[in-house]
Formats: sequence, structure tokens, C-alpha cells
Amino acid sequence: MATPTSTPTATQGVAARVQAQASTRRGAKTWLRERATALALVPLSVWFLLSAVSLAGAPYAEARAWLAGPFNTTAMLLLVVVLFEHARLGVRVIVEDYVHREPVKLAALLLTDFAAAALGLACVVAVLKIALGS
Amino acid sequence: MAGSVRPLSPHLGVYRWYFTMGLSIAHRVSGAGLVVALVGLAWWLAALAGGPARYAQAQAVLGGWLGGLVLLGFTLLFFYHALNGVRHLVWDTGRNLDKHAAHRSGVLVVAGAVLLTLLTWLALLLVG
Repeated sequence: MATPTSTPTATQGVAARVQAQASTRRGAKTWLRERATALALVPLSVWFLLSAVSLAGAPYAEARAWLAGPFNTTAMLLLVVVLFEHARLGVRVIVEDYVHREPVKLAALLLTDFAAAALGLACVVAVLKIALGS
Repeated sequence: MAGSVRPLSPHLGVYRWYFTMGLSIAHRVSGAGLVVALVGLAWWLAALAGGPARYAQAQAVLGGWLGGLVLLGFTLLFFYHALNGVRHLVWDTGRNLDKHAAHRSGVLVVAGAVLLTLLTWLALLLVG
């Protein structure tokens, strides 16, 4: 507890220590996002699995026509976006748990975000290319 | 720096191994493995968008014995991670948190993952 006699500099020292060790206050949002993506992946996974089994070994034209249907295009885009976000959050937790050297950790976290964005976007482009028939 | 002297989790070295702990690690390991599957999905979508020749190449890889083995592994990782994920979602509602319930749901998840993997590949063999 701060007393009336404590000097401003001492208070500043405590504030700086707290600042350095406190959470960024974004934990609840990340936690909810992990759960929300997991929940959304339940029906999307069922759709993907049934599709994959029925599509296994399908010839090119059949696979294209399947993905070009509006329902499947929408479902695949949803799956890709939610899946890459879920994976990004998961890999971030692994990095945060095992990489303790601050610069390396920061680089790994950034790399995770960039890789998820790039690969996810590549998937979206591929799906749209097929859906729009080019 | 301040961060390096603070206590860090998880402390893997100080515990005796037990069932639910193994399942917890397996959730993380299966999730990491499925990241590789995610790269595979991107590769397959790119092949399908890339034309008949690239699609045929991709299908040949997936249809080979090595591709099949990897897909079988991904199927098991997927079912484990998905079912254990649902187990986590149930825990988040405050249910099944005691030791015995956690053990029971863990057994259920492992059995379910193996069973669903077998069923999926049985269906694949019947369709294909």
C-alpha cells in the first residue's frame, strides 16, 4: 500500500515493475477467440470429412465442380479462415511456452502470424479461382 | 531482462507421468502435427486451382502408399485433437473437472479417435 510518506520516485519504481510484469490485458479476447474458432470448427470439420471421403480419388473435373458449388465454396472459405486463425493461435501458445529468449520469441511469433496470413490467403485465392472458374 | 527470471510453465521435468497429463501433451503435439496437414490442404487446393496436370500429380502423391500413410496419421491426429478439443470445451463450462471424470472422458476420447479413424478409412476403402 502506498503511504502518504512514499516518494514519487518510489511509486514510479513500483509502477515500472508492474508494467514490466503485468499482462497486456488481451488475454480474455485471445481465450475467447480460441474457443470461438474451436466451436466453429466442429460443424466445418464434419462437412470437410464427409466431403473428403466422398471425394477421395475423384477426377479433376469432378473435384473442381464440387468446390465450385456455392455451398462448398462458402464452407471451404469459412473452414480455411477459421482453421488458419485457430492454428495461428495454437502455434503462438506453443512459441510463448517454449521460446524464452525475447528477440527470438518475437521473431517466431511474427513468423507465425505472417505464415498463417500468407498460407491462408493462398488458400482463399485458390478457392476463389476455382469458384469463379478461371 | 525481467522476463527471464520469472517462473515459466510448463515445468515438464518435475512431474511423474500420468494418463491425463499424457493426453494434455498429446493435444498440443497433435495440434502441431495438424499444422503440417494444413500446409498439405493449401498444397492440394493450389494443385486443384493449378490445372489438370498439377492436380494429377497431387492425387498421385496422396494415392501412393506413403501419402496414404501420412493421411492415415493425419486422420488419427485430427480425430484426437477434435474430440479432445470438445473435451476442453466441456471443461470450459465447468463440467467434468474432477480427477475421475477427466480420466473417464480421456479414455472416451482416445477410444473414439481410434474408432472414428478406423471407420473413416473403412469408408474410404469402400468408396475408393
